[in-house]
Amino acid sequence: MNDIIISLQGISAEYDGEKVIDKLNLDIRDHEFVTFLGPSGCGKTTTLRIIGGFVEPTEGDVFFEGKKITDVPAFKRNINTVFQRYALFPHLNVYDNIAFGLKLKKVPKEHIKIQVEEMLKLVNLEGYEMRKINQLSGGQQQRVAIARALINKPKVLLLDEPLGALDLKLRKEMQMELKRIQQALGITFIYVTHDQEEALTMSDRVLVMRKGKILQSGSPEDIYNEPVNAFVADFIGESNIIGGVMLDDYLVEFAGVKFECEDSGFSRMEAVDVVIRPEDFRMVSVDEGQIIGKVESVIFKGVHFEIIVEGHGLQWMIHSTQSREVGDMIGMTLTPNDIHVMRKMEGRR
Amino acid sequence: MKIKAVSYPYVAWALLFIAIPLGLIVYFAFTDTAGSFTVDNIIQAGRYSNVLMKSIWLSAISTAICLVMGYPIAYYMSRSSAMVSGTILLLIMLPMWMNFLLRTYGWMSILENNGIINQIFGVFGLGPFEMINTQGAVVLGMVYNYIPFMILPLNSVMTKIGKDVIEAAQDLGASPARVLSEVVLPLSLPGIKTGIIMVFVPAVSTFIISQMLGGGGNQLIGDIIELQFLGNAYNPNLGSAISLVLMLLVMLIMSVSGFLNDDDLEEKLL
Repeated sequence: MNDIIISLQGISAEYDGEKVIDKLNLDIRDHEFVTFLGPSGCGKTTTLRIIGGFVEPTEGDVFFEGKKITDVPAFKRNINTVFQRYALFPHLNVYDNIAFGLKLKKVPKEHIKIQVEEMLKLVNLEGYEMRKINQLSGGQQQRVAIARALINKPKVLLLDEPLGALDLKLRKEMQMELKRIQQALGITFIYVTHDQEEALTMSDRVLVMRKGKILQSGSPEDIYNEPVNAFVADFIGESNIIGGVMLDDYLVEFAGVKFECEDSGFSRMEAVDVVIRPEDFRMVSVDEGQIIGKVESVIFKGVHFEIIVEGHGLQWMIHSTQSREVGDMIGMTLTPNDIHVMRKMEGRR
Repeated sequence: MKIKAVSYPYVAWALLFIAIPLGLIVYFAFTDTAGSFTVDNIIQAGRYSNVLMKSIWLSAISTAICLVMGYPIAYYMSRSSAMVSGTILLLIMLPMWMNFLLRTYGWMSILENNGIINQIFGVFGLGPFEMINTQGAVVLGMVYNYIPFMILPLNSVMTKIGKDVIEAAQDLGASPARVLSEVVLPLSLPGIKTGIIMVFVPAVSTFIISQMLGGGGNQLIGDIIELQFLGNAYNPNLGSAISLVLMLLVMLIMSVSGFLNDDDLEEKLL
């Protein structure tokens, strides 16, 4: 495993005496696009700042290309950051902002000029050299921040919710743009966001964090299709989470009905969480249904309808391209593949 | 507009206490005791050009010392927690709540030939050193009295410099010294300019500090002006002329060094 570029080993961090990162271990490979995903306060930004050198861990070590950098100050690390609120220098124009890192390294002026132009081209801001920062839109400032970080040719780029302040359309554009830049330059991106869609769209690997710990690490598909527990399932996309009992390997009971499933390895009669994605239900006639219920509400969501059904004493959320009338009695079926059984997580809700 | 009406008292105030007195100064400067027009006062004011130069020189030195001493204090305050910076602010403000004359009197007894400092030196068989009635004492008095006016505007500008901007500079490879020279210094320039004006202008026209700490040999332009109004040399026309010259000179210095009308920088900070 020689291609590991960043390694965190037993990292803990405190903020105002409160533990925000708890003995975290993590390896990040070269060229990887890794995203820390989690609700606010889960420790994702702190982890990023530890890698950047802005927060000192209370225990554990940070390694960069196998060398310990725990005590190396931020300005000596070959890592650059795109900050949440851009943090551009207000007294410098676009050109000087981007050239900042190279000027510090005393790169000859003509080389700086060539590289700044390259960067402006990369982020589609040609011709903006002389603009003042306060004359730029949020999206343009974001691009300058990216160019300013990338011109130093870091091996790792840290991005702290860089698209948080942009509107939806611009966000989508910048997501594609960032992915394109990452692939074009082939450098490691470590990205922090609380937006699950953003994480799934861009990343090679998503790390779902909660309370200073990594709950799950995997490809976007894995995280979405095989969440390790109800918290991850709930955080990634919408889900129905139902309490159930594991009767046997491949057999689970919930809502008073026995279902075949693909999960095994639980003890007999173990209480479990069952997660079902709303798009996985098939609506059938009452006779055919495994679960039967009455339609409570139907909301048009653009691509699909969100149908809330009450049955077996529970509420079920269904996403379907077909509509039903409020008050209809319907049946629902599930295949074993649709049912995700998870160990109960202590401390949830 | 109703809002506009709120400003009328201020307009009246400004007319009454700023515009009219200024007009009177100009009137007195260009008239003789009989009230007829003359430029004689202005020509006479030229006799004091040495004193004027000395005033400007000592004030400039004091301003520079205030800046060099005040800058690190203001920077430290701006990077500290609210409690620490609040405490420092209180310590800076506290002496200002005491009477100006009293504070300067205090320095007299400290610097005197048989004052505290010389007594301490005396224990070690040194001195006494001549400290009172020197230019150094005048500069000390100016720095002591006016340094809060340097620190306050500096601190207010520096607290506006975001922590993330400083982190961004570090991130891009700036050592602490480069963070200061490339980011903090340029961004605190408006505070430096305000501080310089706030210290230099009162220092250049002071007369109490020079009288109490400078002795007879260190008369400043403020003392000369005072003499024309309150002293034996009673001559308000000449006093007005010197005031006018001083005022114009200060304005000239400020505008040449680009201290006035710098909207551009204010804008950059927003």
